[in-house]
Amino acid sequence: MVSGLINANPIVYEKKERRVRNEAAVPDEYAVEPIDQLEIFYHIRDIKDPEHPYSLEELKVITEDAIEVDNERSYVRVTFTPTVEHCSMATVIGLCLRVKLMRSLPSRYKMDIRVAPGTHATEAAVNKQLNDKERVAAALENPNLLDMVDECLAPSYA
Amino acid sequence: MAEPIQLSRYIESFVDSSRSPTQQAASLEAIASLLKNNQLTIETLVREMEGYLTTVDNIIRARGILLLGEVLVRLASKPLGDATIHSLIGFFTDRLADWRALRGALVGCLALMRRKSSGGMVSGSDAKAVAESYLQNLQVQSLGQYERKLSFELMECLLERYPNAVASLGDTLIYGICESVDGEKDPHCLMLTFHIIEVLSRLFPDPSDALAGFAHELFEILGCYFPIHFTHQKDEDMTIKRDDLARALMLAFSSTPLFEPYAIPLLLEKLSSSLPSAKLDSLRYLTDCTMKYGADRMAKHIEAIWSSLKEAIFTSLDSVLLFTPESLEGPDLPKNEIAAEALSLLQKLIVQNTKLFLDLIVGDEDISMIFNTISNYKNYHEIPLERKQRLNAVGRILFTTAKASQVSCNRVFECFFSRLMDILGLSARNSSGQPYFDESILISKRCNHGALYLSIEILSACRDMIASSETILAATSHTEETWKYLLQSFSPALTMGFCSAFICSSEGTHDAATYIGVKGLLILATFPGGYSLISKTVFEKILVTFVSIINEEYSKRLSWKLALKALGEIGSFIERYHESEKEPSYMDIVVEKILSLAFVGDFGIPFPLRLEALSDIGTSGRSYMLKVVQGLEEAIYANLYEVYVHGSTSSAEIVTHLLKCYSDKVIPWVHCEKGFEEVLLQFAINIWNQIENSTHFNASQTNKKGVLDVMMKAMKLAVANCSEEKQNIIVQKSYNILSSSISFPLEELLLQERFQIAQEVDDSSSRDEWILSLFAAVTIAVHPQTHIPNTRSIVSLFMTTLLKGNVVAAQALGSMVNKLDLKSTRGQTSSDCTLEEAMDIILNLSLWIFDMNSSSSIQSKMISVHDTGLNDLSNGVGSCTSLQIHAILGLAWIGKGLLMRGHEKVNDITMVFLRCLQSSGRTGISHQEKSISENNYKLDLHNSVMKTAADAFQILIGDCEQCLNREFLAIIRPLYKQRFFSTIMPVLQSLVMKLEPLSRSFLFRASAHVIIDTPLIVVLSDTKKVIPMLLDGLFVLSNDVVDKDVLYGLLLVLSGILMDKNGQEAVSDSAHTVVNCLVDLTRYLHMTLVRETAMQCLIAISGLSHARIYPMRTQVLQAVIKALDDPKRAVRREAVRCRQAWASIASRSLHF
Repeated sequence: MVSGLINANPIVYEKKERRVRNEAAVPDEYAVEPIDQLEIFYHIRDIKDPEHPYSLEELKVITEDAIEVDNERSYVRVTFTPTVEHCSMATVIGLCLRVKLMRSLPSRYKMDIRVAPGTHATEAAVNKQLNDKERVAAALENPNLLDMVDECLAPSYA
Repeated sequence: MAEPIQLSRYIESFVDSSRSPTQQAASLEAIASLLKNNQLTIETLVREMEGYLTTVDNIIRARGILLLGEVLVRLASKPLGDATIHSLIGFFTDRLADWRALRGALVGCLALMRRKSSGGMVSGSDAKAVAESYLQNLQVQSLGQYERKLSFELMECLLERYPNAVASLGDTLIYGICESVDGEKDPHCLMLTFHIIEVLSRLFPDPSDALAGFAHELFEILGCYFPIHFTHQKDEDMTIKRDDLARALMLAFSSTPLFEPYAIPLLLEKLSSSLPSAKLDSLRYLTDCTMKYGADRMAKHIEAIWSSLKEAIFTSLDSVLLFTPESLEGPDLPKNEIAAEALSLLQKLIVQNTKLFLDLIVGDEDISMIFNTISNYKNYHEIPLERKQRLNAVGRILFTTAKASQVSCNRVFECFFSRLMDILGLSARNSSGQPYFDESILISKRCNHGALYLSIEILSACRDMIASSETILAATSHTEETWKYLLQSFSPALTMGFCSAFICSSEGTHDAATYIGVKGLLILATFPGGYSLISKTVFEKILVTFVSIINEEYSKRLSWKLALKALGEIGSFIERYHESEKEPSYMDIVVEKILSLAFVGDFGIPFPLRLEALSDIGTSGRSYMLKVVQGLEEAIYANLYEVYVHGSTSSAEIVTHLLKCYSDKVIPWVHCEKGFEEVLLQFAINIWNQIENSTHFNASQTNKKGVLDVMMKAMKLAVANCSEEKQNIIVQKSYNILSSSISFPLEELLLQERFQIAQEVDDSSSRDEWILSLFAAVTIAVHPQTHIPNTRSIVSLFMTTLLKGNVVAAQALGSMVNKLDLKSTRGQTSSDCTLEEAMDIILNLSLWIFDMNSSSSIQSKMISVHDTGLNDLSNGVGSCTSLQIHAILGLAWIGKGLLMRGHEKVNDITMVFLRCLQSSGRTGISHQEKSISENNYKLDLHNSVMKTAADAFQILIGDCEQCLNREFLAIIRPLYKQRFFSTIMPVLQSLVMKLEPLSRSFLFRASAHVIIDTPLIVVLSDTKKVIPMLLDGLFVLSNDVVDKDVLYGLLLVLSGILMDKNGQEAVSDSAHTVVNCLVDLTRYLHMTLVRETAMQCLIAISGLSHARIYPMRTQVLQAVIKALDDPKRAVRREAVRCRQAWASIASRSLHF
């Protein structure tokens, strides 16, 4: 394991105010509310950073705009931005995002998790690793890694 | 006398440090009680203890002295001889030098010093000796915390109780105190030290005294504590808070003017700190010191204070002004605490040093600069944010200054007000109030928002100053004041100025303009003192302006609201200050005009707005309300007349609004005001009179229902808010009208006839129906004690009516049954009856004969009616179902009345319902011979009867707004729902097994109603038995969309059970069935809330014991995964949580 913190002193941003959706005054009982950007964002905003007690939202690792959803075609893409270029935690963060979405979205969804272009030293490698089913499954078999992921996800279930 | 051996054992047990603390305390108490009961004298005790008190063993000596000290603490109220006290205090004084045994000596001294004069006190010379020994021997700061605290308490006690004795010590005392308090850090001790310094300063009030030389030194010790920085955690020291310390220190700071040269610079320095709490403290200390140090001493610092204070106000005030109707006449204090403190300090300083301070303010450059720049910005919204804050601050400063006193007010008017008038281009010339200069040229100059805002602040300060002076001074006493002259000469022009703010606002809709205009006019209109300051023309012009806004600008929501609020404020101002001169104008211009709104037909303003205006003006004062009520009633009567005679639809709509306003606004106001019952009585009587006189009754069917409903509501509320005797009048009146227009189904009438009445669909004229409904409304709302005439006939009348499907009659009957006397109390006439008798009428009347075919058998039924009345209801199947339904509904309301008062007859009624639920089997068999189609038809009808019977339980136990509640004075027995629940549930449960499926489903429906309306805590106590019924109820209800609300109510009960700890235990056994049921409900299409709640229930279940729920895991997860794709977001969110909860109970993998 790495000794010491990768990014010892990250910039912490203020949390965005939780936007309230404009609900219809008389809600239509049968209307469909499609899964959208904001909903995905609500799933992942509170995931804790693996090495700091801050949420990914506070560190601006993920933002609402970095999420693409197509409910019709059951497709979601999350682009996240590691706090520093050489961050070895990028894969863990990506894994957390993937696991959280796997647990929160219907099984029809295909997920694509990537590092924002130009924000990481080994961008291609990280992207490949995160979107390789076998490697994700193997990673989740590792109890240490799974513990770490679960710890990061805990606040997002509150 | 106690035995010496025993005594020495006690002493030994206390002194021996190896004994447990409880033993020690017990022996101490034992010795104290011996002394108290005179079984032992102090002298004996001391002699007995001699060895312990003088031994060379430090520990034993310390314990011994402590024992003596503690004993003395317990003898505080026992009289002791002077010689004893003298020798004891002498002993303890000596012992102060013995640092190894100090605690006992301190406790002993303290106990003796605190003695009340009644039991013998320490003499002055002894006290002085104690002080000397204290100063000579004690190194307080080298002691432990508890000893320090005791020493400080001793010093405090010396200073407070023997001031003369210790004062003679002079320098030594002050020096000693300085030495002992220097460097103290414990909060408890600090509280004491601050107080010691405060008392010490009081001891040497004269500046030439000994204290003067030590003032600097003392303040250095004190000063380093400011501002209090308190780091103790909350749980550590609950007894002392930061605020307590800060207050104690403040009192020490302000204790003597000698601290002035050191304190004020320190406070000013800390005022400029960036720490808000330091700022706040500085301001508070400054305020306190200002008051205590006196004007002369403060004069030196005034300039420095002013500049710091100005800075504090400038930076702390909010930069944004609020332009909402609520802030129009809100409290003047700014929300920011620092700003509020600063302004209050400013006011105190001005009062103290008026001349000096005013010179500073008038000559201040920052203020002048604001005045120079405001003319650059015409519109409030153009002003940059930072400048807005400045403007706001200057406004508050001027307000505070002008409000401080007459003199300062004059000065502000002289220097600033005239300048503002120049900026606004207003002149005193046109003091006649006539707008004879060219509007268009000056208009742009006049609506300078900044200047208008500052004028408002100055004017409102001036108004508040007059209002706060003891009596509102007679006009003559102000003649010499500058402000009065200026105000009088400028007020007409100013009015124009504020009005033009509106005109400007019409171009671009700016909140600020409207707000400033309205607020300015409002302030001008609310100057106290009749017309001496503000002339009648000006006042009336203001009112006219507001009224015209109300009349015309209803499309602009904010200005309309503001104007209305302002009018309300003016009204309540006139009422509060008894401005008798202004009242007529207000009545004529405002109240009359607003009242006309209620009459004038289609005139633009939407009706709800008119009523809002009416009720707002009305609630501003009693005299206006009377007028408004009068006008409102006239409008109601006029429109009702139209409805009665011509059946006018538009009038019906208007009168609906009017009556709603009457019941929503007027009646609650009357209820709060007291003494206006007469109004309600008159209203009710007039309504009755009107209906009595309208012989041609043409109210059309279409609009009748709405009007009648609101009329009944108003009638109910009016009656309910009257006293008993007034209710009697109304009841008598209404009864007379009722009896003259409706033929009573009197008892002597043949049953045959009554039966026909029941069958006639709706032959009575609609007028009769109105009268009957209104009478029912009156009956619903009366006191239990109010006398209802001819009860017997009225009960029969209601019975007949309810069979026609009139729910109000049923409710009235329920209320009557609820309120009737159990026993006759007054001289009973034949027409009155008690509850028992009424129930006999209700239950035995042959109204319950339904079988139309057997008209020949009516005679025979009449004979058997007294025993079979109830059975007929449940057996008469199919032939006249609607009649049956009406009868059941009627019985339900009657049952509710009985249930609420806790009468046992309610059981008979519930038995009827239960029999209805059971009867389907029997009918099925008895009609077997008939054709299948006919049978089906009948069965179908019968279903609706059974459904009604099941739903009757909802009426029985549910809360109702229309009748039988506290508002309408029902008799309510405590815990009646609980009682009903515990009697009916076992019955329902026992029936479940006996019934066939169809009946059973209705039975579950009935029990669902009972469960929903019983308080959850009661259900929780009986969970085990309720759960099966509840689950079956959920299943039955989920089959029909119509029942979704009932279903949701029932599900909420289940979720309540699952959230409770005891409930969870009870559910644990039937977890499997519960989960099955909930899983089904997660697919319930018709209501999102049901799915969401079902999901939450599943989460709650995941907390049950692992062995119980593990088998259900797969089933639940499958359902949850489906729910992840639910159309509704809320359900999906709960599904995510639910999945996590269930997935993590066994393994964390997503797969199962």
